[in-house]
Amino acid sequence: MNTRLTFGIAKSLLLARWRQTLVAAVGVTFSIAMFITLLGFMNGLNDMLDGLILNRTPHVRLYNEIKPSENQPVNVASEFKDSYNFISSVKSGISRQEVYNSEPIIQAVRNDERVLGVAPKLNTQVFFNEGTIDISGTISGIDVEEEMRLFNFQDYVTAGTAIDVKHVANSIILGKGLADILVADIGDVVQVTTPEGERFSLKVVGYFQSGIQDIDKVQSYASINTTQKLLGKPANYITDIQVKLHDLDIAPAVAAEYREKFEVDAEDIQTANAQFETGSTVRSLISFSVGIVLLIVSGFGIFNILNMMIYEKMDSIAILKATGFSGRDVNLIFLLIALSIGFFGGSVGLIFGFVFSVVIDNIPFKTAALPTIETYPVNYDPFFYFIGSSFSLITTYFAGFFPARKASKVDPVEIIRGK
Amino acid sequence: MHNVVLEARHINKEFHDPVTVQVLSDITFSVRGGEFVSVIGKSGCGKSTLLYILSTMDTDYDGELLIDNERMTGRTDLELARIRNEKIGFVFQFHYLLNEFTVLRNVMLPGMKLGKYSEQEVEHRAMERLKMLGIGHLADKMAYRISGGEKQRVAIARALINDPLILMGDEPTGNLDSHNSELVFEIFKELTDVHNHTLLIVTHDQSFAERSGRIIEMEDGRIIRH
Repeated sequence: MNTRLTFGIAKSLLLARWRQTLVAAVGVTFSIAMFITLLGFMNGLNDMLDGLILNRTPHVRLYNEIKPSENQPVNVASEFKDSYNFISSVKSGISRQEVYNSEPIIQAVRNDERVLGVAPKLNTQVFFNEGTIDISGTISGIDVEEEMRLFNFQDYVTAGTAIDVKHVANSIILGKGLADILVADIGDVVQVTTPEGERFSLKVVGYFQSGIQDIDKVQSYASINTTQKLLGKPANYITDIQVKLHDLDIAPAVAAEYREKFEVDAEDIQTANAQFETGSTVRSLISFSVGIVLLIVSGFGIFNILNMMIYEKMDSIAILKATGFSGRDVNLIFLLIALSIGFFGGSVGLIFGFVFSVVIDNIPFKTAALPTIETYPVNYDPFFYFIGSSFSLITTYFAGFFPARKASKVDPVEIIRGK
Repeated sequence: MHNVVLEARHINKEFHDPVTVQVLSDITFSVRGGEFVSVIGKSGCGKSTLLYILSTMDTDYDGELLIDNERMTGRTDLELARIRNEKIGFVFQFHYLLNEFTVLRNVMLPGMKLGKYSEQEVEHRAMERLKMLGIGHLADKMAYRISGGEKQRVAIARALINDPLILMGDEPTGNLDSHNSELVFEIFKELTDVHNHTLLIVTHDQSFAERSGRIIEMEDGRIIRH
């Protein structure tokens, strides 16, 4: 009963000065809409930039690093156990880049329920021979279907079809930059020399464009079988096992576990791409700060309007208190006024923010470096809407807090005697 | 014949700003149920100050105040607000109606606050009081659209909505022309005679006071006749 009465009085006071109320609410609407739009756009860009690298990066990569043995023979020998052994000029041994026992490892990883998918990979250095010039590059032998499923391989193949590289024997997809250097069109044949000195002819079936020029100048893709043939290796020879997890955040733990379990090197995505994390965090931080500053400014607007309203409504406050409304009731009435401005202004702001986001999402944005992007990227994370609405309520609460307290402290005797 | 509804015991009050002035000294009196009391005195004699202390709105005094045989001195803001709501009706020189509401809603407000009756009942009671004061036809008008005399009658209706123990007035006719003053006086007279309400009215209108049931005269912060 009393709550309804309080709401009723707050509503009447709000509507009695609907123009002022509207101005205050528009302030909140504007700042919330900008907050949502800004964050959505900023994070859309973040996601896109991260996606450039992260979507194509395995969450955990299993491989064998070329490095010197940690246990040099002299340290293992029992007769020198109690001595200090100084070894100089340690060199990496003849270790193979191959992942040993790759078949069982792939099987085991695939059966792990945290894992979304596994794609084996075989990297090798080659020279592309263009007349008398040798251009160094790398060929990644990939399981095309898994690569398409897990790492959106098709998205980056800008000419030709990705799957052709599997179906056409001795075929290759060249990086766009590399293809330009080699002046190789689709259907042409390019000559490559392997590290072992073998020469091969490979047919170009497509171009690949990652969005990062330096990669496109050296990188090319072939099927795993073709690459194995190139190197003269058996069908179980692979150098990398790429693992994609359901949850990216557990990658470091999973990497550590696999390192232990399979006795291979394992690198997680966070370690490999720490700088992208930092960039995203800083950009989010900036957009959050701008959004919150906007909200605080609109909070001051509400503060001013409520203050004015209290001076105007001194008489009403006095008579409410004289007829039995306590300071707490009056306080509640003005807080309710502030909060409803925040609530309604904020709700409309959320809608506008969404509309602006959709508009931005439909503005064409084409750039050669980003073949998969058609329009400006926008992130519609509900979290932003949640933050936006809670912040609109929090700021309006604080904007209403002091005026409401002032109103609750109005001494009716002073007002009534003053007449 | 009737119970004491309001009792003041040795009330003293001082103003400290800018210099200490004794405004009320040793005020002791009581009002019984059904009495029509008017407080008169020259301007600045402390009669309004006394009224605000008696109304529990001013709590800064020495002495004791009892309403309905309960001690009011030293109670919290919340309790006093509740008591004002339930037991005291106010009529001021200025009407203090809320312009955002209709006449009917204005009268209903303290009743709604009390929460003793449902909204329909409060509305019915408000209507009854408006009709009793001859302004039933104004119920749906906005408060700022009616005349000064009508506003004061609405204020009286509002003061009566919770059937208060005592109705207090601070110069309720001070702002009205003689015709409306007469009307308001008649209403007060009827309230005591017919409806047995208790009235405590501060006024400087000599003729008003003389026609009331009992006169308390003040001078320089003291009661000189009662």
